[in-house]
Amino acid sequence: MAVLSDIRIDAVAPLPARASRGYWGSVLRRLMRDPVAMVAAGVILAIVLAAVFAPFVAPGDPYKGAMLRRLRPIGDALYWLGSDELGRDMLTRLIYGGRLSLFMGVLPVACAFVIGSTLGVFAGYVGGWVNMVVMRVIDVFYAFPSVLLAIALSGALGAGITNAVVSLTIVFIPPITRVAESVTTQIRTRDYVEAAQVSGAGAFTIIRVHVLGNVLGPIFVYATSLISVSMILASGLSFLGLGSKPPEPEWGLMLNTLRTAIYVQPAVAALPGAMIFITSISFNLLSDGLRSAMEVRS
Amino acid sequence: MSEAIVDVKGLTVEFSGPPPVRAVGGVDLTLAPGEVLALLGESGSGKSVTLRALMRLLPKRAAIGGTIRVDARDVRQMGAAELSAYRGSTVAMVFQEPGLALDPVYSVGDQIAEAVVRHEGASWAQGRARALALFERVRIPSAARRLDNYPHEMSGGMRQRAMIALALSCRPKVLLADEPTTALDATVQIQILLLLRELQRELGLAVIFVTHDIGVATEIADRIAVMYAGRIVETGACRAVIRACAHPYTQGLLASRAGQAFERGGRLQAIPGAPPDLSRLMPGCAFAPRCAKVRDACRSGLPDEIPVGPGHVARCILLEKAPLARLSSV
Amino acid sequence: MSAVEASGVAPERDRGGPAQPLLSVKGLVKHFGGRRDWSGQRRGMVRAVDGVDLEIFKGETLGIVGESGCGKSTTARLVMQIIRPDRGEILFDGEAVGSPALGLRDYRREVQMVFQDSYASLNPRLTVEHTVAFGPWVHGEGRQAAVARAHDLLQRVGLAPERFAGRYPHELSGGQRQRVNIARALALQPRLLILDEAVSALDKSVEAQVLNLLLDLKAEFGLTYMFISHDLNVVRFMSDRVMVMYLGKAVEVGPSDVILKSPRHPYTAALLASMPSMDPDNRTREAPLFGDPPNPIDPPPGCRFHTRCKFAAPVCSAREPGLGAEAAHRVACHLADPSSGHPGAVAA
Repeated sequence: MAVLSDIRIDAVAPLPARASRGYWGSVLRRLMRDPVAMVAAGVILAIVLAAVFAPFVAPGDPYKGAMLRRLRPIGDALYWLGSDELGRDMLTRLIYGGRLSLFMGVLPVACAFVIGSTLGVFAGYVGGWVNMVVMRVIDVFYAFPSVLLAIALSGALGAGITNAVVSLTIVFIPPITRVAESVTTQIRTRDYVEAAQVSGAGAFTIIRVHVLGNVLGPIFVYATSLISVSMILASGLSFLGLGSKPPEPEWGLMLNTLRTAIYVQPAVAALPGAMIFITSISFNLLSDGLRSAMEVRS
Repeated sequence: MSEAIVDVKGLTVEFSGPPPVRAVGGVDLTLAPGEVLALLGESGSGKSVTLRALMRLLPKRAAIGGTIRVDARDVRQMGAAELSAYRGSTVAMVFQEPGLALDPVYSVGDQIAEAVVRHEGASWAQGRARALALFERVRIPSAARRLDNYPHEMSGGMRQRAMIALALSCRPKVLLADEPTTALDATVQIQILLLLRELQRELGLAVIFVTHDIGVATEIADRIAVMYAGRIVETGACRAVIRACAHPYTQGLLASRAGQAFERGGRLQAIPGAPPDLSRLMPGCAFAPRCAKVRDACRSGLPDEIPVGPGHVARCILLEKAPLARLSSV
Repeated sequence: MSAVEASGVAPERDRGGPAQPLLSVKGLVKHFGGRRDWSGQRRGMVRAVDGVDLEIFKGETLGIVGESGCGKSTTARLVMQIIRPDRGEILFDGEAVGSPALGLRDYRREVQMVFQDSYASLNPRLTVEHTVAFGPWVHGEGRQAAVARAHDLLQRVGLAPERFAGRYPHELSGGQRQRVNIARALALQPRLLILDEAVSALDKSVEAQVLNLLLDLKAEFGLTYMFISHDLNVVRFMSDRVMVMYLGKAVEVGPSDVILKSPRHPYTAALLASMPSMDPDNRTREAPLFGDPPNPIDPPPGCRFHTRCKFAAPVCSAREPGLGAEAAHRVACHLADPSSGHPGAVAA
């Protein structure tokens, strides 16, 4: 056996001294160096923590109203962000409202991610007529504008939070499936997948070991960009009376009920909208940052 | 002796991080009018970056240092308008992938005509006429018909000829060629090399030809400059560098390729190790970790350019004669 | 201890003995694409491989050279069964691939491939050791045993396991990645290794290292190589026999010294003459061929090379020359065949 010195010296090529982190480790590192993404992550974290620990953070009771103290402006001594049309503390309701709004923003996307990825990866890997059938069915749903589809499905299923989540999940499955299928099709033709096939591995093994790791990342990033859309759609559904019902604190619903107060206390009436805006844009910025962090090749 | 048409002194190019990369670390080169200089090096040697610096084609995050004078003008000081005129009429470039450098939505004839119109203020008809003449010069068959072809309708070799025609359309004085034959098949490569040689002789062009292939450099160059890790390690006339190379890296390259002397059953004399990481350059000679003749002194400081023969210099301390002898020659 | 025993390739894997070729391919054909016209004929197809016969004997290296469009990569993929041939048979050590005696899964243990793009052929999410261990693990070896074998192979290709096993592909240089690819290919203990332009993308200084490594491994493991390249110098160095391909057909086959010193086919001669000269005083004066290699869609009739050949005669466009009888050095050219009717053909 001849392991000659010239082969050995190849190891002299400089390598980092510390143990190499995995791919996600390096993505996290790059993300942490991105100031915009970090600010967005901070905002989301603050909102989530406030929502989770609402009973400890919020100053008052979200359901308790006082008709004499309704529609107080922002900066009022008792109600820091003003009071709504039933005299309830806005700050408290906004904090508690985060719970439902985030729930209805994230859960449909999470469910759609699971279902859509499975469908898309399967269709992308198998190819052929199976792919065609699956994708054309998906295209039918994709053809509807999402708002319209959400309203139609909610209307058909009936009002209520569960039904709203179901209809939003259905709305988001087609775009995620499309992205999953296209990424999988790209990966499927890569040399290393071919090499794995040449090793004699079966399709499921190849998908599990080689395809999923490379495909779930981009799909995940795409899905996080849908969270903001989901929140806005959920708020829209609540606004239309198809989602959550009063007296639940939920930002979209609050926008609806405060509509009548626009000429009395416009700033207070706009507050729930501001919360939706801030949360959506933070998710978007974080998702953008994640995409940049994942794109860079070392 | 006529003044050098390209005069580069102390060129450095550093790309901002993270991590910062010193792509070019102090390059001096001169090119006389009508001369062909081959920049020979592997990946990461800095040859393409050097070439692009001459036309200021580097991205914004590249910090350029040193002086670059082409045709007695300072390239780094040029304003936008002057630079735009400079590119194409003084200096032109031929790229490795003609499919990427030619615009896919315009016919090649139109692209050449447009360049002529913009640079020389000629009419469109004159531009087309020049394009036709150039196509015939670069030996594209059925030139008149091919003028209306789109890049994707042409084969690789023909695209490269069209690229050369485009580069020559505004009568530049200097031609920069960045590995123009690397992506071509062997039978096409030799045709393009011979074409370039012929055109260069006919038009009196000065050419800087970047390549990683010693054979290509031998075919086309009057002088060869060998680059490693962002520095030129050896420069000399083609014959001198190929026949009597002085730097250990050049010697290693020639020995490991060995052209006709590839003997079956034996082993190749490989240079151990791999090209260095440019973000982590050690002080001293960059080739030291891989050099068979390395000494301790190699790691402490950069070697100067030591003359090895007439017009032939190399950066290696092993070539230094005894200090006493050097003093006396000064 | 002989190299075969040392490598662990059991002698009983050899079925036919040394006289039987390890790989025997007859009449291999693969066409891509095309449309059916009104008469039902397929037109405009890419005739990537159009009737290729080849043999590789045990323990030798067969080099395959040609330019773009000649079909050498497609041939490799057909032999590897990554794509299915339209026609033709492939025999491995006497058994037909896909027959009950040699199923596809078993065939995969006998033949493996090293690809050209060292970066694209490694999964960026897997560590080096897991990439190499994947093959054995798929074929039933336990995870620990597979990783141990991977470490052993990494050692043999010159990548110390304690430094490299846990690395990711993007942390390695091109030469190191290609070594990982070689280790991965060897993990299943194949007898035939197909190297499809395996060193073409490497720097010249690294290319020499990898070529040396391939020679060492061939001796150590008793391997047989199919070495595909466009670089004639490298092919001459590595191969015992060489096959020259042009537009989907083999035009010359024979011992590498003979073919590359005294070629008999005009295309081979042109390829040799196209190599840049290494002598500054003796530069190439004239290009041996004009124009680009033609498109494999609708190739010229008769001998496919006749459109660019200096010696073309009327018979060349009329009739396609065969590769000749069973001889050591075979040429598909009318010039070499005294009975062809070519005015320049030398009488036997």
